[in-house]
Amino acid sequence: MAVAKGAPARGALLSIKIPRGRGSSLALYIAKRILWLVPVLLFVITITFFMAHLAPGSPWDKAGGRQLSAPVVANLNLKYGLDAPLWVQYVKYLGNVAHLDFGLSYQYQNQTVSSILLESWPITATNGALAFLLIVPVGIGLGVIAALRQNTWVDFAVGGFSTFGASVPNLIIGILLIIVFSVGAYRVTGGNVFLPTGGFGLDDHLIMPVITLAVLPIAFIARLTRSSTLDVLRQDYIRTAWAKGLRERLVVMKHVLKNSLIPVVTALGPTFAFLVTGSVIVESVFAIPGIGRTFVTAVQSRDYPLILATTILFALVVALANLVVDLLYVVIDPRVRLS
Amino acid sequence: MAAPAVALEQIDWENPEQIGLWKDAWQRFRRNPVAVVGLVVIGLLVLIALIAPLLVAIGMVKDPLHQDVAHSYLGFSLQHPLGTDYLGRDLLGRVMYGARISLSLGILVQFVYLLIGGVIGLTAGYFGGKIDNLLMRFVDIWYAFPDLLFILVVVSILGSSLTTLFLALGIVGWVDLARLIRGQTLSIKEKEFVEGARAAGSSPLKIILKHLLPNTLGPIIVSLTFGIPRVIFLEAVLSYLGVGIRPPTPSWGVMLQDGYQAIFAYPHQVFVPAVAIAITMLSFSFIGDGLRDALDPRMRR
Amino acid sequence: MAAPLLRIEDLRTQFFTSRGIVRAVDGVSFHINKGETVAIVGESGSGKTMTAFSILRLVPDPGRIVSGKILFKDRDVVTMDNEEVRDYRGNDVAMIFQDPMTSMNPVTKVGTQIDEAMTAHERFSVKEAAARVVPLLKQVRIPAAEQRVKDYPHQFSGGMRQRAMIAMGLSNEPELLIADEPTTALDVTVQAQIIQLLKTLNREVGAAIILITHNMALVASMCQRVIVMYAGRIVEEGPVEQIFESPQHPYTWSLLRSVPRIDVARSERLVSIKGLPPDLMRLPPGCKFHPRCRFKVERCEREEPPLAEVAADQDARCWVLMRNVPEEKREETKAAEVSKQAAAELKQADQGTKPG
Repeated sequence: MAVAKGAPARGALLSIKIPRGRGSSLALYIAKRILWLVPVLLFVITITFFMAHLAPGSPWDKAGGRQLSAPVVANLNLKYGLDAPLWVQYVKYLGNVAHLDFGLSYQYQNQTVSSILLESWPITATNGALAFLLIVPVGIGLGVIAALRQNTWVDFAVGGFSTFGASVPNLIIGILLIIVFSVGAYRVTGGNVFLPTGGFGLDDHLIMPVITLAVLPIAFIARLTRSSTLDVLRQDYIRTAWAKGLRERLVVMKHVLKNSLIPVVTALGPTFAFLVTGSVIVESVFAIPGIGRTFVTAVQSRDYPLILATTILFALVVALANLVVDLLYVVIDPRVRLS
Repeated sequence: MAAPAVALEQIDWENPEQIGLWKDAWQRFRRNPVAVVGLVVIGLLVLIALIAPLLVAIGMVKDPLHQDVAHSYLGFSLQHPLGTDYLGRDLLGRVMYGARISLSLGILVQFVYLLIGGVIGLTAGYFGGKIDNLLMRFVDIWYAFPDLLFILVVVSILGSSLTTLFLALGIVGWVDLARLIRGQTLSIKEKEFVEGARAAGSSPLKIILKHLLPNTLGPIIVSLTFGIPRVIFLEAVLSYLGVGIRPPTPSWGVMLQDGYQAIFAYPHQVFVPAVAIAITMLSFSFIGDGLRDALDPRMRR
Repeated sequence: MAAPLLRIEDLRTQFFTSRGIVRAVDGVSFHINKGETVAIVGESGSGKTMTAFSILRLVPDPGRIVSGKILFKDRDVVTMDNEEVRDYRGNDVAMIFQDPMTSMNPVTKVGTQIDEAMTAHERFSVKEAAARVVPLLKQVRIPAAEQRVKDYPHQFSGGMRQRAMIAMGLSNEPELLIADEPTTALDVTVQAQIIQLLKTLNREVGAAIILITHNMALVASMCQRVIVMYAGRIVEEGPVEQIFESPQHPYTWSLLRSVPRIDVARSERLVSIKGLPPDLMRLPPGCKFHPRCRFKVERCEREEPPLAEVAADQDARCWVLMRNVPEEKREETKAAEVSKQAAAELKQADQGTKPG
């Protein structure tokens, strides 16, 4: 974990002391951080696995909407290896996961979990990546402008938007967007929706989901950028920069932003967690066949192999994002020591 | 001469000066119009939640569970101020009863946060060393993992009921409190009077607890205030996804789902609970922001 | 007679706060000649730092220069447009600040920060500027300057950072360098080195220096002239030796009394100025110093004295003047002060031993 002197230590996951020389120590640091992912994932898998298998009831309780006969259940248990003792199943599952084999889905009985994930992942990733591309410039831009124009109407507008975006949940925002841009448009034009309410496509299908996904993180980033920029503007070294006779653009770009964006970069990790959570909600509201929706249907039908695999995938995404953010932090702040 | 600076840690809770601190905070809070609006809205909402059964009993509001399929999907009228849903149930009554569920769940879950966060934070801070390290790493993993996913998994496994919902919501969301309490415990432990207590043979834990509360009460209140809308949101999402509160219980999430089915034909059906959720969450945010500014004037911008 | 380098006429800088107007600088006039070293002294809140910020037009919000002239080589800084002011800052007049720990950008290399001070102006080409960084660091006695240019500020010690700040200030060969409490944040041995460095540079480079300080010992060791400020105005001004020999304003007298002197016996030590600096929002009528003055007469409470010549080259703003205060009376008040202070110390020591 990269921790700046005096900066709040955000989760010291690793405490290896590495001297300040970069290069090989950085590679070592990355290697150790990636190794650290293994226990984290193991933790997630173990908890989810045992919760799923020790829970009362069986996955076949709801299959087909009626009670299955005992021989059928026995057959299904055999097919999915549910007849073996739990710890054997656990070890076997871990072995399979190591080979990227996540087994068969309960719900779609002829599909492997891997194939389902491979199908839905690109959809979620597309929406998430577009949202991310929207979040970073808009969030930072709004925050910086608000700080530079503190106590003007621009600042108040950004403040209002941030409060709204941070408090009104994306579920509600998605629904309100549909009411305005689809239902409203449908009523006004007498039968044409302005923006489609569901499904996935590389066209106007992307607009409402991406906006819905991005509002909360934008509000979050804008707030953070504003307060950290205001903080930096008050610093002595900014006064030094003005006293040297630097041009405003240089003062803002080089001296203000270079410092005020450091805490913002560290906050990009949680942004990924927002996006993951957001995908679950947004894909349900807009009927998008991505991982988030797959996860929800898996939860609704107790499709444990699918639940386990999506959970692992989400955990991996969040952990990797945090790793990248920490490395970025090391790159942009010379005071940071890898420790 | 200026009064000697008093370290925050040395302020006596029973001391009237300390009361002055809170009075001060209240003064600052009152001067924040947005926060006051939030407080008034939530006050009204709590009142509505409390008297909703009474209003139904005296017939001012229709029974939220009474079905009347002949009068389904009604618009706004005197009879049904917010209209009726697909089973002809009164939407005003349902929103009011939904407030009961959202608010009580939101507030009750905060006690679970306080309990878990308090125990973990105190243990980590008090024992320090290896235990602290282990617990904090655990907290980090917990923090990094999106809580909605975890709740969904728990609810899917345990089945959905109010109790499971309560449990599932309670075991996430305590991380901030754990960190807060750990940090304070660590810093109080360093103080001389704790050493003194140890030397005098009395329990340092007692001393720490005695000093912990006054010093952390402000941040804890702020954290809990922001926790309530979070829980209200999670309930809505879970119920909307069909794994939270079960119909016919009138919760806002259930109403969202019911209304969403008919969004094209009758958009007001989903609009009503959506607005109720949005207003409630905004109001809690206003109060939380106001409290934070009032309790920590240095944070004001 | 040659025109002065900097001439300030009736400068007023005020802060418009929600609680009222703070008159930080309230009608200040003085001049600085080429190559001269002048000290501005006073307690915190006396307006000395805001005077310096006004000279560079760096007064922070919600402050503003309300009226007056700041003539640098006959150009008025107050009425310059933004681009003119920008080119004037760091080029004609440079400033170094109190705390070298916070005055440098933590995420930019020291060399780059010196380099950009030059490239912001036209005096040196980009190439010349780059080539000047190492010699500048050497000039301020930074060891291994060739390697140090690539370091970040946190890799420098406090004293070295202040040297680097001085190098930055001198990079454009300004004719005036303002040093705002340049040694307050440093320890004593480093302080002496920095003052020595400033003196040498003044001699070698010929830049005039305004030293802002509350430390009279520093004034004596490096300045030719001293300006004493109180409550946003000048209360006394004159050559350092003359003022130290015969201060005429009671405030200056008290300031000088509060300097620890090795050559004076312990019984006669430190007399601190009683009372607090005045609230700049609610200034007293008459002489602004009268509530704290030991020698005040009735007129002081009514009417503010003008800054008038009291000796050759020496001005003071006082109705009484120290030369009119009999020696016994000064000693009396001093003795009273000393015994009062001793009593206070005793009381403090007594409290310290009480079981807490």
